[in-house]
Amino acid sequence: MNGEAPRAFINARLVDPASGMDGRGAVLVADGVIQDVGPGLFADGVPERVEAVDCQGRVLAPGLIDMRVTLHETGETHKENLQTASQAAIAGGITTMAVVPGPKQGIETPAQVEYLIARGRETGLTDVRPYGGITKGTAGETLTEMGLLSEAGAVGFTDGNRALADADTLRRALTYITRFGVPLIQHPEEPSLAAEGQVNEGEISTRLGLKGIPAVAEVIMIERDVRLVELTGGRYHAAHVSTAAGIDAIRAAKGRGLKVTCDTAPPYFGLNETAIGEYRTFAKLSPPLRSEEDRLAVIEGLRDGTIDAVASDHLPQDPDSKRLPFAQAEPGAVGLETLLPLVLELHHGGVLTLDQALAKVTSAPAAILGLEAGRLAKGAPADLVLIDAEVPWVIREAGLVSKSKNTLFDGRPVQGRCLATVFRGRTVYSTGA
Amino acid sequence: MNAPDANTRFAPRHILGIEGLSPDQITSLLDAADGFVALNRRREKKGESLRGLTVINLFFETSTRTQTSFEMAAKRLGADVINMSVATSSIYKGESLIDTAMTLNAMRPDVLVVRHPHSGAVELLSQKVTCAVINCGDGSHEHPTQALLDALTIRRRKGTIAGLVVTICGDIAHSRVARSNIHLLTAMGARVRVVGPPTLIPAMIERMGVEVFHDMVAGLADADIVMMLRLQLERMHGTFVPSLRENFHFYGLDEDKLAAAKPDALIMHPGPINRGVEIDTSVADDIDRSVITEQVEMGVAVRMACLEAVTAHQEAASP
Repeated sequence: MNGEAPRAFINARLVDPASGMDGRGAVLVADGVIQDVGPGLFADGVPERVEAVDCQGRVLAPGLIDMRVTLHETGETHKENLQTASQAAIAGGITTMAVVPGPKQGIETPAQVEYLIARGRETGLTDVRPYGGITKGTAGETLTEMGLLSEAGAVGFTDGNRALADADTLRRALTYITRFGVPLIQHPEEPSLAAEGQVNEGEISTRLGLKGIPAVAEVIMIERDVRLVELTGGRYHAAHVSTAAGIDAIRAAKGRGLKVTCDTAPPYFGLNETAIGEYRTFAKLSPPLRSEEDRLAVIEGLRDGTIDAVASDHLPQDPDSKRLPFAQAEPGAVGLETLLPLVLELHHGGVLTLDQALAKVTSAPAAILGLEAGRLAKGAPADLVLIDAEVPWVIREAGLVSKSKNTLFDGRPVQGRCLATVFRGRTVYSTGA
Repeated sequence: MNAPDANTRFAPRHILGIEGLSPDQITSLLDAADGFVALNRRREKKGESLRGLTVINLFFETSTRTQTSFEMAAKRLGADVINMSVATSSIYKGESLIDTAMTLNAMRPDVLVVRHPHSGAVELLSQKVTCAVINCGDGSHEHPTQALLDALTIRRRKGTIAGLVVTICGDIAHSRVARSNIHLLTAMGARVRVVGPPTLIPAMIERMGVEVFHDMVAGLADADIVMMLRLQLERMHGTFVPSLRENFHFYGLDEDKLAAAKPDALIMHPGPINRGVEIDTSVADDIDRSVITEQVEMGVAVRMACLEAVTAHQEAASP
């Protein structure tokens, strides 16, 4: 179709969490689609018309799906835009970005959804999948045109980093979306308990004299929401869970067979509130970094499967938004380029197998969002990532591709990185290694 | 003048907080301040150690007593003093804190004395300037010179700080004075208690080495020092205490509650005091026990010691 020769990725360690496949094999791609895959493929050599790519025994996995990215496209483009975010994504092995609306760039008309998808296609580096806002202006009052947004391509609905607090509005949103088969993604934080909050409530908030956000703000919201899920049958997903009690509530809801899923982000299993040190604004996040006990509970949630997925929570901020007194600084951190190595920490740390770790960023988000990508299977999009799962390296702020450099993992030694990224059959990123 | 052995004198680049200071460093500042108390009681009060230096009082939050105290301290050491009050609203409108700091720094002052409504703001500012910075209150975080002047008052009256029972009462949650005092007093070996309504005791404050009481009489039992704090209504969003009279009923210092403390207990208050809200007039004005005005006197001496300490470093640096 695109006139390019079919390509065979041979001599790879195929890791496909969706099917459980983990072993030597090859993938044949053509026309942007996986034509064939398996251990026996090309055992007798690659046909002449096919371009062979030798993977030298490295891990070949589905391209990563990042469930939560703030692009700032059409908004604060000095912080990031679709082009720079896409380049950062492919440098991190991400081939699908689910884009959240922000307070300054809503996604609440079909035209906005179509625009983001079209801009993604034009950029040609990743699959851009917008969420629609649940409420207009993420104000928590009036529902958006969820049906039309869904038809335009919205993969789910979320008010970004604002919790939908009004129980009746949430009830109606959950009820309404049952017709469209998409999830509602909640920022699980009871807003009145979190008002003016800067950091996790505890010893650190007290020492620093900053308003704390109690950990119970999360579980209160989740427990209430779960009751509404039970009432409505709507699909519900809790974003970036960060507390032991919140994870317990999800675990209990799943145990009762409810349609509830959740994700977390690397800061919540890779760091705790002590990263704030003396008012380090790069460590100001929403939800805030939590206690060590909570961090360990997040790891346990990942291990036992209560936490389905890991998203980067990519939220770029420029220096002017961070070099401020803590209470005035914007929350958020970039995460696209560090998602893969930080998820691999879970593997190297013995929490998850390689297959389970990659599932959190491939097959699990694909299942939640109903995407075709995220698997090595005949007919799936030819989105691949070639990974050296063992190589040690150090995350450096200066080495980031993203327009904003607000990482909280600067200087962190990690193991495993993306060597090449293939999007719809084309190699869009390669380290040359 | 009044210079102890230059080799042992504590000469930090900035004074941003009490947390992290050693007992020796605190003692060094208190010893220096003690010397200035005597000077300040003389008819001729003018010192020379800051002659030719410029001190800017940069206040992002209004203050009369602290600003006056610092101004007087700097002038008594011979410095030129400029007072700058920056309304917080103008910060939101235009220039950022860091730009303000860098602009002033370019005028080559020697010391910036800074108060700011946000916790951590003074430390942030100190990272961007070449002059010395003294924190005179950042949000609910620290107010180091207040803790030092409280310590000097206590030490001069009681001879020591170690072993004393110090009860801090009132709005602990919003108080930078409480935090700095807790750091200082626990470092110096006092037993520190905090008393207040449960809504005004911040989470896990026990980890700072204090005992928590909600019953004021129990918290005052056998106390050597009673330190009262005002309700910081300007920092409260929502109801923390239902009414001022209810607060006074449970947490106002009057003769009845004070009877639980030691007979020679000292009554302290960082001011401004709100009579009938946290302290009864008869107690506040009890000349045998209230040392509130003495605290104000010690304030000037302590600030002189702090100004000398942060500029001693500069003396040494320049030929």
